Amino acid sequence: MEVLQLLLSGLANGCVYGLVALGFVLIYKATEAVNFAQGDFMMLGAYVMIGLVNPQFMGMNFWLAVPVALLIMAALGYLLDLTVLRHMFGQSQTAVVILTIALGFVIRFAAGLIWGHEPQSLHSPLRLGDVRLGDVVLSLADIAVIVVTLLMTLALWQFFQRTKPGLAMQAASQNQMAAYYMGIPVKRVQGAVWALAGVVACVAGILYASKGTVDISSGFIGIKAFAAAVIGGFGSLPGALMGGLIVGVIEPFAARYLPAGYSQIAPYALLIIVLVFRPHGLFAQVRTKKV
Amino acid sequence: MSLLALENVTLKFGGVTAVNNLSFSVNEGEVFALVGPNGAGKSTVFNMISRFYRPVRGSITFDGQDLLTKKANEVASLGIARTFQNIELFERATVLQNLLVGRHRHRKTLLIEEMLFIGRARAEERAHRLAVEEVIDFLDLQAYRDKMIAGLPYGVRKVVELARALATKPRMLLLDEPASGLSVEETQDMRWWIEDIRRQMGITVLMVEHDMGLVGKVCDRVLALADGAKLAEGTPAEVQSHPAVIEAYLGTSAISKTANAKGERV
Amino acid sequence: MRFHFKTSYDHDIRLFPDWWKFSLYATLVLVMLALPWIFQGVFGGRTAGFYLGEMTNVLIWAVAGLGLMLLTGTTGQVSLGHSAFMALGCFLCVNFLDAGMPFLLAFVLAGIVTGLVGAVIAVPALKLHGVYLSIFTLALAILADDLVVILEHWTGGVNGRMAPDFTLFGASMNRWANPQGWYFLALGTAIAVTLLYRNLLRSPLGRAFAAVRDSEISAQAMGIDVARTKTLAFGLSCAFAGLGGALMGFFAGAFNNETFNFLISIQLLMMIIIGGLGFIHGAFLGAAVIAFLPQALSMATDFMGSASIPGLEVGVFGAILIAFILFEPMGLYGRWLKLRVWLELFPFARRDMFRRQKSYLKTERLR
Repeated sequence: MEVLQLLLSGLANGCVYGLVALGFVLIYKATEAVNFAQGDFMMLGAYVMIGLVNPQFMGMNFWLAVPVALLIMAALGYLLDLTVLRHMFGQSQTAVVILTIALGFVIRFAAGLIWGHEPQSLHSPLRLGDVRLGDVVLSLADIAVIVVTLLMTLALWQFFQRTKPGLAMQAASQNQMAAYYMGIPVKRVQGAVWALAGVVACVAGILYASKGTVDISSGFIGIKAFAAAVIGGFGSLPGALMGGLIVGVIEPFAARYLPAGYSQIAPYALLIIVLVFRPHGLFAQVRTKKV
Repeated sequence: MSLLALENVTLKFGGVTAVNNLSFSVNEGEVFALVGPNGAGKSTVFNMISRFYRPVRGSITFDGQDLLTKKANEVASLGIARTFQNIELFERATVLQNLLVGRHRHRKTLLIEEMLFIGRARAEERAHRLAVEEVIDFLDLQAYRDKMIAGLPYGVRKVVELARALATKPRMLLLDEPASGLSVEETQDMRWWIEDIRRQMGITVLMVEHDMGLVGKVCDRVLALADGAKLAEGTPAEVQSHPAVIEAYLGTSAISKTANAKGERV
Repeated sequence: MRFHFKTSYDHDIRLFPDWWKFSLYATLVLVMLALPWIFQGVFGGRTAGFYLGEMTNVLIWAVAGLGLMLLTGTTGQVSLGHSAFMALGCFLCVNFLDAGMPFLLAFVLAGIVTGLVGAVIAVPALKLHGVYLSIFTLALAILADDLVVILEHWTGGVNGRMAPDFTLFGASMNRWANPQGWYFLALGTAIAVTLLYRNLLRSPLGRAFAAVRDSEISAQAMGIDVARTKTLAFGLSCAFAGLGGALMGFFAGAFNNETFNFLISIQLLMMIIIGGLGFIHGAFLGAAVIAFLPQALSMATDFMGSASIPGLEVGVFGAILIAFILFEPMGLYGRWLKLRVWLELFPFARRDMFRRQKSYLKTERLR
């Protein structure tokens, strides 16, 4: 029973990682850029929601606030692309990585200024109940996380596989110039992707804030999520979710069965092992360059 | 005496057979060309000789040694240098530095000598420089010696790539489309250089080229490829008038027309 | 504009192209050597000690920065994990001292061992490209943080270690009692590392590094063993970072896992980008920015009369970096180079001379 409990809470945590990882992969698939600030996006999404819902700020109704928060984050994502990332158009991947790391620093600073440095929790209806299945206890938030994540992954996956805009996004990333020639408005497509990434981050943020407290360094789970995305093989949406789940599940088990001090390194140790043996992740997507 | 020999080489990418049971050999001191339509597998042959691709079947030998047991970077030390179809120069370095990289296979200095710049380091550096200057003189690159590659025009880059390959002091030179994208004058220069490379330096040349004018003038033997397989092999004139080659380039109906126009150059 | 009339290949091989350059750098070194006395004369007493400490800090960051520059700027491999190697260098050095070695030996040996460990770690890391390498090294930095806590016997765990007092050439090296001594130690290390770096750049291996950065494919075709070259670059880079880390920890007086947090390696990377990626000068300029920024900011907040804002430094640092990546990707040194060309050509420089070429990105998944 204990194993099952660990597994389920691990899965719920893993889904949050998976959601953030989804954001990474989304932007990577569509713009070939790696957004190291995705974790900070999530933190920002959580804070926007807290700002809307919590009584000391605006005190809005939770369900009313959700679409508003999603819209705000989408707008922020689009604006960020418009003001900063569009200037990086065509620059190397590494430059974008460093830029987004710096962006994360700035976002963290701004969030600290606005909402303070104390940990805060979201007043969420998902906090209210627990569900008991025999000896296993699951909070409502955990269940919501799992369900929402699965739906979101499925929807995004279908979007990239089946719909025209999804395919256009993939084309835009693989060869910008050719995509232009095919009549894809590459820059606008990229703006849309960043907006979408903002939405995904916001969803992750709301769920994360419903499960526990948020502070400005919550964005650092982005590193774990990034590890998850890489374990899954960057560029694959189901891979990102799988990676997230693997990392999420490993953590509680490591904490339970490994001596203290070793448990928090488990995800990173796993990442290093995966990269050593499968340099492009478990679900790789790489071919060799032609000369 | 054959310097490079491919025997029954086959390469597959997934389900696609890029090169199919290909055999040919290049003699020492010869200029040999691979021709054929796009996608015929010419560059793929180069990439197998450079050991970027590994054939699924067959053998490649250079000067009696099995090339397939060598790593990609060991090919250069056997004396095979190459240029690339889409120029692959070191963009953020000067022409001189690019050519000096070509001397890498002659590096004798140890890490510690280089870091402290003691012992052989300085003398070796002078020797490398001397060798590179000879190539610069040969290809008239004096004006560009200290220019960054990033700012150079296309034609010059092509020459720099040739120069970098020559700086390795190779026994055999692989030229991947040396004249593509060059003006008529530049192509003319390229032709004289290739002739001089063979005559003065005694370097064997294997090249891929679409410009049949150039091929006809500088090559001793030509191999025509289509869909990864050998169509015809022989002197440029023989290959150009070979019915299978004409068919591959122009389609079946062209044969009768060419037959009428016999005696003229294709 | 100066014209060089070269009469032998040595003109290009030696460190300085002409007398003017040589005297420029000679003057710089002389000024740096005289700095303790200059500060003493200008500020006097304790203030001079403070500013000397700041300069020492700049030089220490520069040493570590040169290490990362070799890997990222020259060889083109981005590492987000150099804090791990700085920590390794520091803890090795303190343990070597414990074992009774004289400081100079312990210090140099710490650098060498760090380099060897780096080279071993590089072997699996080398198969990775771009983002995969970044996340691999980032994971290393986070692992190192936890390992420092776990290996309590050598590292003192969370409490960390106090930097022991040691003597160098007969002088007692305490940061507070002997700021001049520390300054000269940092200066000496910085000059030594710079010379080693510069020598590498003018020899075959340095060119091989640059070749690997610009095109792995053609580097291979030129006979460069790409894997070996990257391993060497990683090892050397880690050795320099280890020296920098040892100096940084000892200069701080006490150090634990937090001293070498993974954010340090991110700062190090940002620093060399602000300074100018690929230039030795860039490491020094970036180090100056990173060391003086906190001072400048605290002066600014004092001047505005507000209380100190938490996280301000990092936020401003991030903003500066974004500005540089957007508007001057070649960093401070690149800006200076452009200014120099503009001055030399005055008044003939054209506006769009330095305009970036429009480029389109193709997927890096096809590598």
